[in-house]
Amino acid sequence: MFWTIAALASHWRKHPANLATLVIGITISTALWSGVQALNAQARHSYAQAAAIFTSGKNQNLVATRGGFFSQDFFVKFRKAGVKVSPIIEGTIRVNDKELHLIGIEPLTLPKGAMLSPSPDKTKVSSEILMYRGRAFVSPETLKSLSAKEGFRITTERNFLLPPLSEMNEAPPGAIIADIGVVQKALERQQQLTRLVSAEPIDSNSPHIAALMGDTLRIIEPDDVGDLTRLTDSFHLNLTAFGFLAFIVGFFIVHASYGLTFEQRLPMVRTLRALGASNLIIMTSMLFELAVITLLGGTAGIVCGYLIAAGLLPNVAASLEGLYGAQISGQLTLDAKWLLSGIAMASGGALLSGAAGLYRTLQLPVISLARPIAWRDAHYQYLKRQSLLAIMCLASALFVYFYGDDLKSGFIFIASFLLGIVLLLPLILVLLVKIGGSLSRSPLAFWFFADSRQEIPGLSLALMALLLALSSNIGVGGMVTGFRQTFLDWLDERLVAELYFETASRTAASEIEEWARHQPNIAAILPVWRTKTRIQGWPIEIMGMRKHETYSNHFPLLQAHDAVWNELQETDAILISEQLSHRLKLGVGAFLELPTPNKNWRVKIVGVFSDYGNPKGQIRIDHERLIKHFSDTSGTHYSLRVAPDSIKTIIEQLHQTFGAKIIRVVDQAEVKTISKEIFERTFTITTALNTLTLIVSAVALFSSLITLSNLRLTQIAPVWAIGITISALARLELIRILLFSACVAIMAIPLGLFLSWGLVTIINVLAFGWRLPMHFFPLQWMIVFLIALLTGLFAAIAPVMRLSKSTPASLLKAFSNER
Amino acid sequence: MSPQGRHPVLTGINFSLRAGESLALMGESGSGKSTLLHIIGALDEADQGDILLDGVHITTLNENQRSLLRRQTIGFVFQQFNLIASLTVCENLAFQARLADRHDPTWLAELTNRLGLQSLTMRYPEQLSGGQQQRVAIGRALAAKPRLLIADEPTGNLDEAAGDKALDLTLELVKDSGCSFLMATHSARLAARLQRRASLAAGVLLAI
Repeated sequence: MFWTIAALASHWRKHPANLATLVIGITISTALWSGVQALNAQARHSYAQAAAIFTSGKNQNLVATRGGFFSQDFFVKFRKAGVKVSPIIEGTIRVNDKELHLIGIEPLTLPKGAMLSPSPDKTKVSSEILMYRGRAFVSPETLKSLSAKEGFRITTERNFLLPPLSEMNEAPPGAIIADIGVVQKALERQQQLTRLVSAEPIDSNSPHIAALMGDTLRIIEPDDVGDLTRLTDSFHLNLTAFGFLAFIVGFFIVHASYGLTFEQRLPMVRTLRALGASNLIIMTSMLFELAVITLLGGTAGIVCGYLIAAGLLPNVAASLEGLYGAQISGQLTLDAKWLLSGIAMASGGALLSGAAGLYRTLQLPVISLARPIAWRDAHYQYLKRQSLLAIMCLASALFVYFYGDDLKSGFIFIASFLLGIVLLLPLILVLLVKIGGSLSRSPLAFWFFADSRQEIPGLSLALMALLLALSSNIGVGGMVTGFRQTFLDWLDERLVAELYFETASRTAASEIEEWARHQPNIAAILPVWRTKTRIQGWPIEIMGMRKHETYSNHFPLLQAHDAVWNELQETDAILISEQLSHRLKLGVGAFLELPTPNKNWRVKIVGVFSDYGNPKGQIRIDHERLIKHFSDTSGTHYSLRVAPDSIKTIIEQLHQTFGAKIIRVVDQAEVKTISKEIFERTFTITTALNTLTLIVSAVALFSSLITLSNLRLTQIAPVWAIGITISALARLELIRILLFSACVAIMAIPLGLFLSWGLVTIINVLAFGWRLPMHFFPLQWMIVFLIALLTGLFAAIAPVMRLSKSTPASLLKAFSNER
Repeated sequence: MSPQGRHPVLTGINFSLRAGESLALMGESGSGKSTLLHIIGALDEADQGDILLDGVHITTLNENQRSLLRRQTIGFVFQQFNLIASLTVCENLAFQARLADRHDPTWLAELTNRLGLQSLTMRYPEQLSGGQQQRVAIGRALAAKPRLLIADEPTGNLDEAAGDKALDLTLELVKDSGCSFLMATHSARLAARLQRRASLAAGVLLAI
């Protein structure tokens, strides 16, 4: 078998470009897939790390039914009843405009196995934790982000001095862990908790437990995904979808290269079979060869994937923080599972790509290997196969469209439809070329179209990859640009107040409100108090609105009763966000049971408003009703209507007059800037992946052309011999590729628009709950058209230059190679 | 060029061919027959010397002019046929003539009949046997009414019977078209059927 492998491997010595193409294809697709998976894995690792600091992953948690805080008395009640629970309090503080997660623990009652529980096998942690009362623990990364050293003491926005900071590797990123008593004081939540962690299993059906919990608490089981995981699921699924698209495009290269290798090695395989090498030996040798190439390409791909992930991680982290408040580590920590899954994907893809060639090698009897398969028969079979596959994909798409109803079905629908149309590309090109041939007047033009038809199978995979990449650019680019336009218009309508501020306490808020009433250049004081609750397990934010023309004239409503603002102020009515409306399947006119601290409050939905970028549901109610029904509102957020030329003055006066009582004051422009930055960062990853996919398709086209260039010489030489100059033939080669690229670009426009439609009407709605209007950007299409031509030019320039420099000797040699 | 350096492939080649005359160029493999034909056919360039074809000094022509000469004056039949795979038989037959702007449907129809290709016109080259492909190659070269037909071992890939038949047809058609015919072969039997013969050995031409 060694000599069979050696003989097969000798092919690569003669066709190094083909080998390079194979390895590059595997590398690129593995890199993009594993890069995206690394990002997802890092995020999920951070979420799990954050969740595991006070559990071992097998413990139940008791949390407030409506979310938020509950009394510490519950801890005492459970302990007295013999139920071993540990108290936890969590909150957010702001340090230098950075939000940090403050966690208060009581480590001696933490369950065994929790990251921070003292145990003999965690000597360092144990001793650190036992000293905890005088210390606050942060990860090395968080310490660095605060530009602080060990021993530094943070002053919160409420002017509370935290204990000196100590580094702890186990601490999750963006979190500060300290004694529960200290944190309760820092958050001004004395005698309050956010969760109880059980050290032993609790029987949720036990009447005794139910009596202890009352209506206030509920149990979260260990396998219940947290809010963060649920909220970010769509984000990560979108990333995965992109990674998969790039993976498919990259493996088009591998499939094309391996197919060509098979054709080129057909005479060699014939000879090996004739000399006595069995099918088994040949197949085993080819599989071994494929395995080695895959290992090479896959390993290189994993390394590149790591670098891509490291490059994109800051943007992903910023997006997750901005959108969901999630903190993920900026340092990639990867495990063997990620490495193995990357190799497995590369192997699976390579095997799938090479399967057709391997199968044909197995099937062909020795005798019929005497000459290569006639191109016309092969071409016809190829088009038939493609068309069948296309019909199957389109049928699947239709089926999923009518019978699927979740996000995964949405992706499958779009992917199947895209793939179905893409698979029809060779057939469409053949038809166009036939039309071109029939309209030709000169023999050279006629030959040009006939020859182009012969070229299509060899280039079709690369052109399909280009079509996918261009459609993705138009579709995703159109969606993002449309989203940006809608988002900016929406921001203008939502952020009408000139100033926004947050106070340190409700007392301070009352003082500032009183002061503001006497300022001549403040036209209105609009409290934006808020509280939290849960509906059907989903976190909901409830915000109050004072009656003012700011809202009635500007607040963007998608659907509403005619007298919406009167109803909101005068009756038990609410406005809900679009995503909440979608989730609850409730619209204008429907009634809702809203959980309050005392009882459920039956309210009527009188309007639905757009709330782009918010992963949680939001409800707007009259300010007075908020105070009446929810006693635990924040009471610290306000917006002010101010004369535009007084903004700076008012800000200065607020700081000078109230000092530390004001946590933060921002003007409208600053809020809009921050919002826009979060928006742009979110889509930076999308844009980066889009661009990478386009580069991959350009490489695919380039690889195909380089690999086919030797074959082209044989096909072109007869025409040169008859009397056409090689430079004219080279020009025709370039024109052919540019025409193919242009055809692909034109096809990409409607396909891209379909993708855009799918994203705004299906994916966005299922993933995030909001629906964007469809926008059209002809300028973007023109840019994509130019990109397609440039891609074709880049891909073709080297092979065309090589062809144009062909000497008569090399052309004549092509004749002898035909023997 | 070789690892040992440059060595001459052809030396001392000096001959003429009159209009309508046929000449067989004989020699063993590696004697330089194909190289000589490629140079005469304006496919390749000589380092030294001159070739005069119908008063045109081939060796002074640039690439464009050589292409034009091949198109309009020379018909080449290769051993490996070298048909254009993407064109049908009838499209192949007419291709050079159309390029040279000399398409003559009557002459083409006659060629098609005499070469026995009537039933094969809509087929593609890979659907033909070797003998059929060679006949198409001959037809393509003659359809353009060249002044000089060059054939490089035209029967080399055919069996004896098919080769003889192909040569018979070629000689008939050459005679009817009035063009000169230059053929390379290693078969003395086939060479004997042409008007003149010359022998090439180690790049040197010996007249017979």
